[in-house]
Amino acid sequence: MLARGGALVLALALLAACGNGGSETEKPKNEFTGRGPITFATGKDTSGNRQKQIDQWNKEHPKEKVRIIELPESADQQRQQMVKNAQTKSDAYTVLNLDVVWTAEFAANRWVDPLPENKVDTKGFLQPTIDSATYFNQLYGVPLNSDGGLLYYRKDLLDKAGVSEPPETWADMEAACEKVQKLPQGKDVGCYAGQFEKYEGLTVNFSEAVHSAGGEIVDDKGKVNVDTPEAKKGLDFLVNGVKQGTFPKASVTYMEEESRRAFQSGKLVFMRNWPYVYGLASTEGSSKVKNKFDIAPLPGQDGPGVSSLGGHNVAVSSFAKNKATALDFIEYITAEETQREDLLATSQAPTRASLYEDEELTKKYAYLPTLKESIETAKPRPQAVKYGDVSTAMQEAAYGAMNGEKTSDEALSELETELEELVKK
Amino acid sequence: MAVGAAAGKRLRRQHNEGSGKLAAVLVSPTMAVLGLVVMYPIIAAFYTSLFQSGERVNAQGFVVQGDDFVGLENYSAMFAGEAADRFFNSLFNTTFFTVTTVLLETVIGVAMALVMHRAFKARGLVRASILVPWAIPTAVSALLWKWIFQPDGVANALLQQQVLWTTEGWQAKVAVIVADVWKTAPFVGLLVLAGLQTIPNEVYEAAKVDGAKSWTQLFRITLPLAKPALLVAVLFRLLDALRMFDLPYVLIGPRKESVEVLAMLAQDEAIETRYGPAAAYSIVLFIYVAVIAFLFVKLLGADVLGATRSQRKKGPKRRKQPRTITNGEAAA
Repeated sequence: MLARGGALVLALALLAACGNGGSETEKPKNEFTGRGPITFATGKDTSGNRQKQIDQWNKEHPKEKVRIIELPESADQQRQQMVKNAQTKSDAYTVLNLDVVWTAEFAANRWVDPLPENKVDTKGFLQPTIDSATYFNQLYGVPLNSDGGLLYYRKDLLDKAGVSEPPETWADMEAACEKVQKLPQGKDVGCYAGQFEKYEGLTVNFSEAVHSAGGEIVDDKGKVNVDTPEAKKGLDFLVNGVKQGTFPKASVTYMEEESRRAFQSGKLVFMRNWPYVYGLASTEGSSKVKNKFDIAPLPGQDGPGVSSLGGHNVAVSSFAKNKATALDFIEYITAEETQREDLLATSQAPTRASLYEDEELTKKYAYLPTLKESIETAKPRPQAVKYGDVSTAMQEAAYGAMNGEKTSDEALSELETELEELVKK
Repeated sequence: MAVGAAAGKRLRRQHNEGSGKLAAVLVSPTMAVLGLVVMYPIIAAFYTSLFQSGERVNAQGFVVQGDDFVGLENYSAMFAGEAADRFFNSLFNTTFFTVTTVLLETVIGVAMALVMHRAFKARGLVRASILVPWAIPTAVSALLWKWIFQPDGVANALLQQQVLWTTEGWQAKVAVIVADVWKTAPFVGLLVLAGLQTIPNEVYEAAKVDGAKSWTQLFRITLPLAKPALLVAVLFRLLDALRMFDLPYVLIGPRKESVEVLAMLAQDEAIETRYGPAAAYSIVLFIYVAVIAFLFVKLLGADVLGATRSQRKKGPKRRKQPRTITNGEAAA
């Protein structure tokens, strides 16, 4: 996986390398010196748990206090603020909480420092999460939390319909739906929904469909390879789902929360979503599916499907001061104990493998073993410096095909051309 | 005496020249501030629009930094290059939304003003409440309408069918128009109401005496006399509608072809840190808005000034008119 990620970007770069100057070839300096107060730029701390952890650190390190800088809630705006901060070479942010898909952009622009291998211990982390923080075989961040797609399903309805096992393939899933929809309770229940509104969620769902059908978007060598029969099978799963009504009509307007609400109000047999839904669907008062649902790995074309990897990494801003403190703080905030607290307080998926086997935790969060499987087999979204454009192109292709504006073939061949163009620059 | 008069004239001229210089001195700080806060950003934006940031990646995977001067390439890409389809589509959407919403808002706004103008109980309350949509921030009202237009929302419940308002298609355009008209028709209404209240009551009394029907009154008296206020309201709305951004962005979403307007293109490019093309889009939008405003003022607005001036001149005569009628009446 590590080599693959590197190879992809390497290929992108080779395509673009013509005419670059010699001045850019010097090795980056790995100087992590200086101690003193630092800042941690991160998204909204909704649970207050992060602040608690920082308070703990501050008590132990009175001379190297950490201050949280809360960024806006939306990921786009977080990225924009961090980019602006970097473009002005400001030292306001020391440690950055980066979405996994931003790694390439921040590393390629030298906005974050490569981490010294002798000072960061990558053992014990799930391999895909380390890959997500790696660019050109160089580690740029430490995985803070991870995320993988899960299949939520109505165990009560499947039991009634005589389906004992959750589906492993899309065909199984559709067959199960048919059985459920013949039941009196299943008459108005839609079969499956994911996140099909035109936004980042669609990029995730589209990648998962393509990968789960054995296709690829960018191959091992970093070459775009999405105009293939396998990828078409994946896209067709989404297109036919809408066309044949396997997915409810409204699903093309669903983001995470809309799909969760639909599932919780009992309108879906199957749903693809992130682990955060588990807690809400089993405790929230409005949930009509409490104790009636279970989770499984995502289904695929001929067997279990492939999830897209989500999550965040913490990295050190290139323009910051007190980087020695920053490294220590990163070690603290990604430590096993800290992640354990995080998981208990916010049900954020940890990046350390051992936590998925912890008895106390698996008792509280029954989905952990399934989630680990999902993350371990997950594939990253394309790692590209211009990730925003890459994601937009994927949304454009999937949304157009699902809404019947173009055929799957047209969508994929257009996407192939566009991605090749994007990858070249 | 003659000498004295000439001296007086000279004095006056000197005085005028002196005060002209003084005026220039007094006004110059204002002009400097205006230049700084108005002209500089425009010039800076135009300058930015001539560049593209270097986006090549070298063999080590690093972006080669630096801005390239590309001249008018950002503009030619917009009108003839790969971005042309998207640009012309959003130009059409911008114009389409402007024409439809301003038309509807004018009609509905005038109707609202006519209702509010009548004397009835709780008129103050009605006037205050009609302003509520205008008082709500656009992004918030867009969220509100998003909730109404969601698949299982109020709109579909009323229509008894499942229209997917926020997906691509004509329905998305309709949703934007409805939400925009809801929000800004009251604004037009209020401005027109202000115009209505300047019309003297005697005019209507005279018309009644002459036996004019209420339709004739509306088209011959009310609308012509309220025209200056109405034109100002329409001009304001026109400029606002051309710059529309937050409503379609929040209500329907980014990158939806059906509702993508020019301002969204600029924002889209800026998010991806391509400030050159973003500035180019902004400049084009700015010029478009300026041209429309200029044409509007030239074709209709000049009329506004002319009408008010001639009104002022004709003022006394008009005031005489009812009097003559009364005189005639008295004579009869």
